[in-house]
Amino acid sequence: MMVDVLYLTAAVCFIFALGGLSRAESAQRGNLCGIFGMAIACVAAYLSVNSADFWFILIAIVMGGGIGVFIARAVSMTALPQMVAGFHSLVGLAAVLISFSACFAPELFRISTPSGIKVLSLLEMGLGSTIGSVTFIGSLIAFLKLQGIYKGHSIPLPLNAFFASSICCLLFYFTVTESEEAFLLLTMISLLFGATLIMPVGGADMPVVVSMLNSYSGWATSGIGFTIGNHLLIITGALVGSSGAILSYIMCRGMNRSLWSVIFAPEQAKANDAVASGGTRAFKSGAPEDAAFILKNANSVIVVPGYGMATSKAQYALKELGDMLKKDGISVKYAIHPVAGRMPGHMNVLLAEADVRYDDVFELEEINRDFSSCDVAYVVGANDVVNPAAKNDPSCSIYGMPILEAEKAKIILFLKRSMGTGYAGIDNELFYASNTMVLLGDAKKTTEDIIKAMRE
Amino acid sequence: MECSFRSFVDSFFWNLGAGEHASGGGIYGVTVFVLACFIGYYLVWSVTPALHAPLISVTNAISSVIIVGAIFAAAQCFYGQARIFGFAAILLTAINIFGGFTITHRMLSMFHRKK
Repeated sequence: MMVDVLYLTAAVCFIFALGGLSRAESAQRGNLCGIFGMAIACVAAYLSVNSADFWFILIAIVMGGGIGVFIARAVSMTALPQMVAGFHSLVGLAAVLISFSACFAPELFRISTPSGIKVLSLLEMGLGSTIGSVTFIGSLIAFLKLQGIYKGHSIPLPLNAFFASSICCLLFYFTVTESEEAFLLLTMISLLFGATLIMPVGGADMPVVVSMLNSYSGWATSGIGFTIGNHLLIITGALVGSSGAILSYIMCRGMNRSLWSVIFAPEQAKANDAVASGGTRAFKSGAPEDAAFILKNANSVIVVPGYGMATSKAQYALKELGDMLKKDGISVKYAIHPVAGRMPGHMNVLLAEADVRYDDVFELEEINRDFSSCDVAYVVGANDVVNPAAKNDPSCSIYGMPILEAEKAKIILFLKRSMGTGYAGIDNELFYASNTMVLLGDAKKTTEDIIKAMRE
Repeated sequence: MECSFRSFVDSFFWNLGAGEHASGGGIYGVTVFVLACFIGYYLVWSVTPALHAPLISVTNAISSVIIVGAIFAAAQCFYGQARIFGFAAILLTAINIFGGFTITHRMLSMFHRKK
């Protein structure tokens, strides 16, 4: 009874933790609520097992906690997406391990009857292990991809279909027969399925994948909650699962793609690449001094950051440039596309890291009207999110994707590392427009050069 | 064959209806699950888009509440295998819990400074 009340308290704390994020002011408090809830959950679990094994558990927690804090402190904000993916994989692996212990020692979780494990528990156990395995391997591959270690392979669709159907058959077989071999095989095939599911997904679709895996880790938690009959796990899993699902939906809407096409039709982008990248076209390139001159004579500037800003860590230089312009009475705003970067909200965090004011940063719907009245659009390492082809060219793969209408600005300054295409693999008309000036080179260095030129 | 299938179906629904699980699971568990999904749905739509990255990291941290199951498995001495799995699972989820809350704190304090 006492333990159940503690579990309930923990669940309420987790709800507050998510609720706190509705405003930046209350978010920190929400995080504390989450920590408090987690502590209560651990205490409740320990109380309910009635064990003398305090040190055994504490050692594991302290070791893990030390590693966790170390990683979280050391990681740079640019590498945030891969760290999150790596953490998701741990939840998946833990879910697999727990469902294995439930399979080998069902008495522990009070799910056995004299004639064997209960049918429903077997189903839940199988599902928990399946989702856990997919989360584990899927996140691991997402991590390797984001880290740039693994480039990806295309997987024929029938193979995925084969894995999915054999998972269903094995799940049924395991539920009926309670065979440990079937359980092992089920886990093995789920691991393969998780790998083939994420291997073909392209770099631009990573925000969707990261939030989808976030959702899976929630469903895996719920699955284990059902297996061991614990409401706290069920509730938390449902919260996390629906959170990840909503983020995936928002990301997909930001790209005008369905979840189905992100997962199962990633080769579409490559086909377009071959068509578009034929021949080089003339574009107007400029020096930092020219850009400095243009910026000085502007009244309003909108900065459009993309993943290129993250890789070159240009946010500090951008902030400095923004401050200089503001001092001269020029208005500076930041426009963030929902899928800019490699995970939802990635750009916001990077700008916040550099101390850019919260109320200078705008979402797509809030700022798109302002481009037509602004003098300079300063595009830093973004490409597809400002590509007018999404509006004009029905044949291109990103057609229909909502874009930031940078092309409506009087002058567009395009900071690019090279003249390559974006992740969608399509050429950008905006490079060749008469009012566009392209500044090739590292975004951070170019911005710093512009600052230097403005000082002189 | 038919007989065994019948008994399978029977036991399935019996499990669902009778609330046979000690504290959760069964149809009772499904009720809780569905309602929690709705809470999650409304909560997450109210999160401001600027805080989506902390949202992901904090949900990652709290999904490690799965540590409860790991503690069940680790805190017993009857099943060696389950004990080792439990220990490993506690270790992994602890990385996640501490790491997830720490990185969320780091991110949120960046958002906080500007006010």
